Amino acid sequence: MSGQLKPGQGPLEYGRRRWLQSLFAVTLMVLYLPIAVLVAFSFNEQNRGGVWKGFTFENYPKAWANQSIYDAMVNSLTIAVITTLFATVIGTMVAVMMWRFRFPLKPAYEAAMGLPIVIPEICMGVALLLFFNGTGLMGFFSNLVWPFNLATIIIAHIAFCFPFVAIVVRSRLVGFNKQLEEASRDLGANEWQTFWQVLVPYMKPGIISGALLAFTLSLDDFVITFFTSGPETVTFPVKIYSMVKTGVKYEVNAASTILIVITILATVLAMKLQAPEKSGH
Amino acid sequence: MPDPIVSVRNVSRRYPGGVTAVDNVSVDIMPNEFFALLGPSGCGKTTLLRMISGLDAPSEGHIYIGGEDMALTPPNKRPTNMVFQSYAVFPHMTVSENVAYGLKVTGVPADETKRRVAEALEQVKLTHLADRKPDQMSGGQRQRVALARALVKRPKVLLLDEPLSALDAKLRDDMRLELTRLQQEVGITFIIVTHDQDEALSMATRIAVMEKGSIRQLATPEELYEHPTSRFVADFIGKVNLFDADVVSQKGKAVICNAKGLGKMNLTTDRTCGKQVTIAVRPEKLKLSKTAPKAEGLIKAEAKVRDVAYYGDWSEVVVELANGQMVSVNVQNDKRDGSILGINRGEKTFVSWNPADSLVLTE
Repeated sequence: MSGQLKPGQGPLEYGRRRWLQSLFAVTLMVLYLPIAVLVAFSFNEQNRGGVWKGFTFENYPKAWANQSIYDAMVNSLTIAVITTLFATVIGTMVAVMMWRFRFPLKPAYEAAMGLPIVIPEICMGVALLLFFNGTGLMGFFSNLVWPFNLATIIIAHIAFCFPFVAIVVRSRLVGFNKQLEEASRDLGANEWQTFWQVLVPYMKPGIISGALLAFTLSLDDFVITFFTSGPETVTFPVKIYSMVKTGVKYEVNAASTILIVITILATVLAMKLQAPEKSGH
Repeated sequence: MPDPIVSVRNVSRRYPGGVTAVDNVSVDIMPNEFFALLGPSGCGKTTLLRMISGLDAPSEGHIYIGGEDMALTPPNKRPTNMVFQSYAVFPHMTVSENVAYGLKVTGVPADETKRRVAEALEQVKLTHLADRKPDQMSGGQRQRVALARALVKRPKVLLLDEPLSALDAKLRDDMRLELTRLQQEVGITFIIVTHDQDEALSMATRIAVMEKGSIRQLATPEELYEHPTSRFVADFIGKVNLFDADVVSQKGKAVICNAKGLGKMNLTTDRTCGKQVTIAVRPEKLKLSKTAPKAEGLIKAEAKVRDVAYYGDWSEVVVELANGQMVSVNVQNDKRDGSILGINRGEKTFVSWNPADSLVLTE
């Protein structure tokens, strides 16, 4: 390495190194080109085969009109919304508990909390399947009316989503000035009022971004859903998978594009809310 | 004598692990006092304040506020309010929401809340910023929000934890006057915790100097400064020259001491001295002169000028006695000729003072 810089080059301007630029380009291409193609072909006129025939919006109404895609989408959204509600409440409570209290085996507990994040999805899927079958819960729930027949999937989703919420909210709480809580108590608020009027507003950005994270995770989960769904229930990602197996129709592209848009919107919103405030305390 | 508003009786606070933050403290604070708890960090002054507020609980002893035992009263039910060191202004609320908070959570009617909030903001001169969020405000302004938020509750006692420590020097002076004005205006008891002796001396009516969890001396500012009872207090409050001395004899109040570097001297004290005492004298009580002072009865010694620190209106001259002890002398710069009696580093000088200005400290 020569320490020589070319004229007009700063020491940290890696963006100007050619080999880095190409690496960057390749990475972007591998990651995003397939998605771009998928989105582009959702506007293709011809229904099959990888040839561009012309621009159309046709595929979107077609996908919408397809009853099985529609049902799968409704299932997925229902699961995602219910999962988000539960995962957010449980995750926030876990975060507050880990932040506030000291108790025996806390490190072990904290590690166990994070397990669903690191454990391979396939293992979790199989384990949950065995659990639901073994306890007879699978049979019990799949005979119930909609949306209760989604319960096994929802339970599984809550189990792997709430640690994400807990982690996001927990990291938000690190910056909390405990004197705010004391000030609230000192000014006449009881613990319940203090929790709702001081702590919750402080956690709010964390709670919302955690919720959006849980929502997107639940919405596009395939592996765990595949294992824990009853015989009759189909979610959106599972539906797409089965459609792809029988040859790609551009309806699938259209439906997938919608899923991507929902996911990106939620993620952008989550990141916005997680961004640190301009001035701290 | 009126009944004390706050009465601390034999209070101790021990933490698990054997640390004693407050050790058997008893103190009575009178209505309308501006009371200061002064001491170095870790002396237990903040812990004592937190116990009065209810945010911490004594391990032993009792705290009475307005004659009532507070042992089972949580902080939200006590007639005290606190101004926190970090101000602890709620970041998600505007100024007026912050001030209204304490009234809202206790169910004060909306119209009364509105009136009292306006009144409190007026008191701290923040009316024009009522709709601001705290992150758009300076430290001094946030401090005023914290003050208004506490005062609007009309507490019997206002507790202030190091209220000026985070402000810059100029603002600190303004706020000091402001606090004294407010205290006289609202007529409630202020208890302030501070490590800054200037703050305590200039604002408080009485000061409790704390060390290692105990109160070393409780007195008015003048008395603390001129009549400290211990070496610790003399040294902590203001600057002081301390001389170790042997007691030659004591007859009633008259005591003859032999101080290192100064020789024999006749002093007076109310205390019974042991064999060893410390003689203390404040730098501004000392005089410097080029020739040996002629007046009778002064304590005097020859010295060499070691250092001169210039502060504008006064200078601190450090001189070295024959035995090597350093002595600080404050000199008023009341002439414009730029020289302090022509004193320069390394020159010979005489230091002298009136024996009545020295103190005999037995502890």
